[in-house]
Amino acid sequence: MIDRRRAIATIIGLLWLNCRADDGHMLFNRFLAERLEYESNGGLHLAKWDIQNWFGNDDHKLWLKSEGDYSADQDIFGRADLQVLYSRNVDSFWDFQIGARRAFEPERTFDAVIGFQGLAPYFFEVDSALFVTEKGNVLGRLTVSYELLLSQRLILQPRIGLNVAAEDLQSRGVKAGVTEFEAGLRLRYEIEREFAPYLGVDYVEEQSLREHQHSVRAVAGFRFWY
Amino acid sequence: MRVNRRRMHRLSASRYLLGGSAGKPVPNRIRCIGLVMALAGQALAGEYHLTIAEKRVDLIGQPQTAILADDGLPGPTLHWREGEQVVLHVENRLSEPTSIHWHGLELPYRMDGVPGISFEGIAPGSRFTYQFPVKQSGTYWYHGHSGMQEQQGLFGALIIDPAQPQPPTDRDYVVILSDWPQADPYRTLARLKKQSDYYNFQKRTLADFFADIERLGFGETVNNRLAWGAMRMDPTDLADVNGSTYRFLINGRTPQMQPHFLFNPGERVRLRFINASAMTYFDVRIPGLAMQVVAADGQNLQPLNVNAFRIAVAETYDVVVQPNAEQAYSIFAEAMDRSGYAHASLSPRADWLAPVPPPTPRTLLTLADMGGAHAGHAVQGDNYLEHAEHAEHAEHAEHAEHAEHAEHAEHDGHAPQANESPEAGRATEHTADAGHHHAAMSPEIPSYQTLDYRNLRARTATPLAKPDREVELRLTGDMRRYIWSFNDVKYADAEPIRVKLGEVVRFRYVNQTMMNHPIHIHGLWQYLDIGAGAYNPKKHVINVRPGTIAVVDVPADAVGEWAFHCHLLYHMDTGMFRKLIVEPNHD
Repeated sequence: MIDRRRAIATIIGLLWLNCRADDGHMLFNRFLAERLEYESNGGLHLAKWDIQNWFGNDDHKLWLKSEGDYSADQDIFGRADLQVLYSRNVDSFWDFQIGARRAFEPERTFDAVIGFQGLAPYFFEVDSALFVTEKGNVLGRLTVSYELLLSQRLILQPRIGLNVAAEDLQSRGVKAGVTEFEAGLRLRYEIEREFAPYLGVDYVEEQSLREHQHSVRAVAGFRFWY
Repeated sequence: MRVNRRRMHRLSASRYLLGGSAGKPVPNRIRCIGLVMALAGQALAGEYHLTIAEKRVDLIGQPQTAILADDGLPGPTLHWREGEQVVLHVENRLSEPTSIHWHGLELPYRMDGVPGISFEGIAPGSRFTYQFPVKQSGTYWYHGHSGMQEQQGLFGALIIDPAQPQPPTDRDYVVILSDWPQADPYRTLARLKKQSDYYNFQKRTLADFFADIERLGFGETVNNRLAWGAMRMDPTDLADVNGSTYRFLINGRTPQMQPHFLFNPGERVRLRFINASAMTYFDVRIPGLAMQVVAADGQNLQPLNVNAFRIAVAETYDVVVQPNAEQAYSIFAEAMDRSGYAHASLSPRADWLAPVPPPTPRTLLTLADMGGAHAGHAVQGDNYLEHAEHAEHAEHAEHAEHAEHAEHAEHDGHAPQANESPEAGRATEHTADAGHHHAAMSPEIPSYQTLDYRNLRARTATPLAKPDREVELRLTGDMRRYIWSFNDVKYADAEPIRVKLGEVVRFRYVNQTMMNHPIHIHGLWQYLDIGAGAYNPKKHVINVRPGTIAVVDVPADAVGEWAFHCHLLYHMDTGMFRKLIVEPNHD
């Protein structure tokens, strides 16, 4: 069982030690909404987000990530979470990340997070993380994406997302194994580097203790950063 | 520029009076003073003033703020004379600190103008007086060394006449190449930190993949993609900041502003090329004219004829051309990645403009560019050469194609742009004559298609002592994070390099990145080892090509703390910088 206060104190301590504006170490901030989209397959209408923000210098960053979806029909959030991470440059292409995740929906939960984010050989963008629940259960998440240039501004992005669980988690309805698999294809047009509307399609398969479902969904949204 | 007591000899006075319109217009007042001074003879000291202030400029179709010396983009050309004692007051009217660095000059290090190393910088509203004797002659330049001011227009030419007057050329022009940004330079830097390929709009697409399959076959194309993919690098990554945000200028003018330089047919014209860009290498040519390169970085060379040369950031080349035909010629400076160009006309009449020549293809990086330094193979001056040769025969052999174009223009006199304007027809008719005539005039001068460091020879011999020690400096970088460094340590984390006065230090630059880096040492000369012994050229900037090694001998003959850095502004600012301390020898 993880001591929540100690975890938070550790994260803040790491950040305080490392994110000061050292002389000559310039600080930058990047906000990236990788996905701000509307998703539908007839019966289903969801607004989804997948956003990140980092702040820091070349070596040390405070990295926030949030993902979730909202159903306007039912006025409920299907999922909503926030990760607060300390991110350390450990290689030209990789950051090591450690911190905490707070889920607000469907249940209020609190997990420790540890992971790697970066660019794998052959230009695969990878975001991977292990989540350890308060009871010590282990969950995993892996996202891999690739960018195929059809032109300098028209970019096709295949993306695969995988959520796994080491064991059943009754309280969250999680069944051991692959809990969610998502394969998507998004075609975006970079009007500016920072702003690109897109269209796409997602195949989603979800497995829980209560149900198994899979669906194909059309998506439309935009990618935005500054 | 305000002139108090200004020594000006006949040569510079006549240069002012003849000056073409592409140069900064010279106020009549100064012309008169110049003429009077020229007639009055020569004084020993000159006192000069420069005022640094913001000014609105319109180069991209909307007003922007530039930081300029005496309201000039470029700043005023300073004419000095070898042996002169210079007293120069710089007044800062900005709301931020400023500085002026005298690029390529031997001077007391406190006068070198690098904030944080040679002095404190010039605070807003205050004034600093530079005082130093001028010990050399040639083409140099000055520029701001604070913040991003160099990118914002703070630069100008510095022409020093030799103590012993030389026979003048008929015309003498300064040709300053520069890159003007659309965005605030700090914003540009932030963009690079967040997405390092932000400005690359020439990447390989799916269509290029299929085109390469057609050209090279499926296997080779896939292998090539896999090799680049394994390294997570991009062969189109030639210029981090490029024509997608830059306008390229000659003496502060875009091609649309039609800068021009005047000549009378048959005259010898000296063009003093200075690359004052923050980030841009240019490939320069004057279709129809061979260029006789007579000096590099202010140092006289044994003359050589070339049809084209690449000028790295912060280098200078003096070339002499002799246009014999009554026609307008193009001075055409293409950005190395071909994302844009600067263009001016060399013309007998102000209303004759040369058409813009067709672009030459760009040269992509090759796997060989990444090979050399990474494989860590041994490293003599010759390896640098071997590799350079190899690169020329690369995948997308620019040199071959380039050569074709140039030869075509010179010998056949059929430039493809012939019909674009009435002048153009005229331009091409006489081209062949011009080329042949020139060749006939100087049969003993070696001719090359393009300029190569290997062919540079100092005009006079400088025997150097054997190096006292050798320092290897790997040029390193983290392209994705946009961190640049020496030996994988950026300036903020690095200790100074310390050498003793009187030592000759052999630096071995091992470029482990896939970018070109123009390496500049303040206050000290770098003798590039090209195997020419005492005739190795001495330079203030040495370009080190991707994956190659360059060896330079540096006589540490000036005590002090000197900046030592890559002259690409955004590489310098992100860490490719060292302090070099020359300590007095107390033994």
